[in-house]
Amino acid sequence: MTTAPSDAPAIEFDHASFRLNGRPLLEDLVLSVKQGETVVLLGRSGSGKTTTLKLINRLLSPTTGDVRVNGRRTTEWDPIRLRRGIGYVIQDGGLFPHFTVERNIALVPQIENWPQTRLEARVRELLALVGLNEELASRYPSQLSGGQRQRVGVARALAADPPILLLDEAFGALDPITRSEMQKEFRALQQRMGKTVIFVTHDLREALLLADRIALMEEGRLVIDLPVAEFSRSQLPLVRAYMEAFSGLPDTN
Amino acid sequence: MNFLQFMMANRQQVVELTLEHITLAGVATLLAALVGIPLGILITRVPQLGKPVLGGANIIQTIPSLALFGFLLPAPWIGARASRLAILALALYALLPLIRNTYAGIRGVDPSVVEAGRAMGLTDRQLLFQVELPLASGVIVAGVRIATVLSIGLATIAAAIGAGGLGEFIFRGLAMVNNQVILAGAIPAALLALLADFLLGRLERRLGSLRSKS
Repeated sequence: MTTAPSDAPAIEFDHASFRLNGRPLLEDLVLSVKQGETVVLLGRSGSGKTTTLKLINRLLSPTTGDVRVNGRRTTEWDPIRLRRGIGYVIQDGGLFPHFTVERNIALVPQIENWPQTRLEARVRELLALVGLNEELASRYPSQLSGGQRQRVGVARALAADPPILLLDEAFGALDPITRSEMQKEFRALQQRMGKTVIFVTHDLREALLLADRIALMEEGRLVIDLPVAEFSRSQLPLVRAYMEAFSGLPDTN
Repeated sequence: MNFLQFMMANRQQVVELTLEHITLAGVATLLAALVGIPLGILITRVPQLGKPVLGGANIIQTIPSLALFGFLLPAPWIGARASRLAILALALYALLPLIRNTYAGIRGVDPSVVEAGRAMGLTDRQLLFQVELPLASGVIVAGVRIATVLSIGLATIAAAIGAGGLGEFIFRGLAMVNNQVILAGAIPAALLALLADFLLGRLERRLGSLRSKS
């Protein structure tokens, strides 16, 4: 898979809970992610997986418990520095509609004051990496297809070469063929780059394809956290339910 | 004679009053924008201030315009010169559309775009100036347009307190019971308003198309 992950955890949830107006969205999460590992948070809507993701880059702060990134609590990090070291890709890309593709991708490096020549080279490099034609650089997001927008979103997240990547249903809005392509390309990218990746999805096949480990969540709690090979063999009722829901469909591999 | 002949016969005064009118409305709108737009931004950052600020601007608007001019007359520095008073009163009236549109424009920006910006590590200032304001600019300019047209219309009342402007003709015509004189003030004022509306409307559409690029 990826290069052997080093020992200190990149991300750690230490009995982290998040409540909004008294409603618990996440309860008592204990989870550890090693450097270079890809963990997929699998679950239905309301399972707490997006909340978990947002606790990592401090879009949300834990109500109780701690979330640690590279050994330091997110609440102790300077939020700007924390977020610039974490790439974030959402469904529909969240691209800035008034920026060209090039300006979208180059945004974080640009606010980090990279020199112009390095910026241009980096944009070209990233477009090639995500399989986009260079001439798309001067287009606007509205002129791109859904698949192209997602690729730009991934390129943008990778621009400043952050060690951690968060993806929230990143391929969810794509048609099945494009989605399958993007999954395979992303897996190839992962293997080359060795970044720590947290990927949120409700699609079991995507999880089985991309994960080193799968963390299954339900109603704000972590149900089970297993290496991917053991996951499909698990006899837990919820896991069986997932396996059955996704069975009888053509294999994506 | 008809109003066109009247205007030709008094063209120097027509030009003078028109320029006065533009100055009154223009300076008032500018002042209102310098205060109102930052206030609109402020209440997107500090929601608790939203109600008092919008409420205050609303109350100002409910005061009948002639009465507002009257209230401000005794004020020490303002009341001394009629044009100052008029500009202040007009600026106060122009506040509400500017504050409200700035607020609505920023809040109307696609939340996932704003969230993506925050998640990328943009500081609040960078988020405001590089993402939110550009995307809200169409709605904000709509506020400027409304404020401008409002000011041009209300500036006709400025003549009642001697501040000049095209209202001079209107009030004079009313006193003389002479429709041509009234029209000589009313028609240019209306044309000014239409012109401002047209030009700012074009700017608004140009900026608004940036938002629809999403």
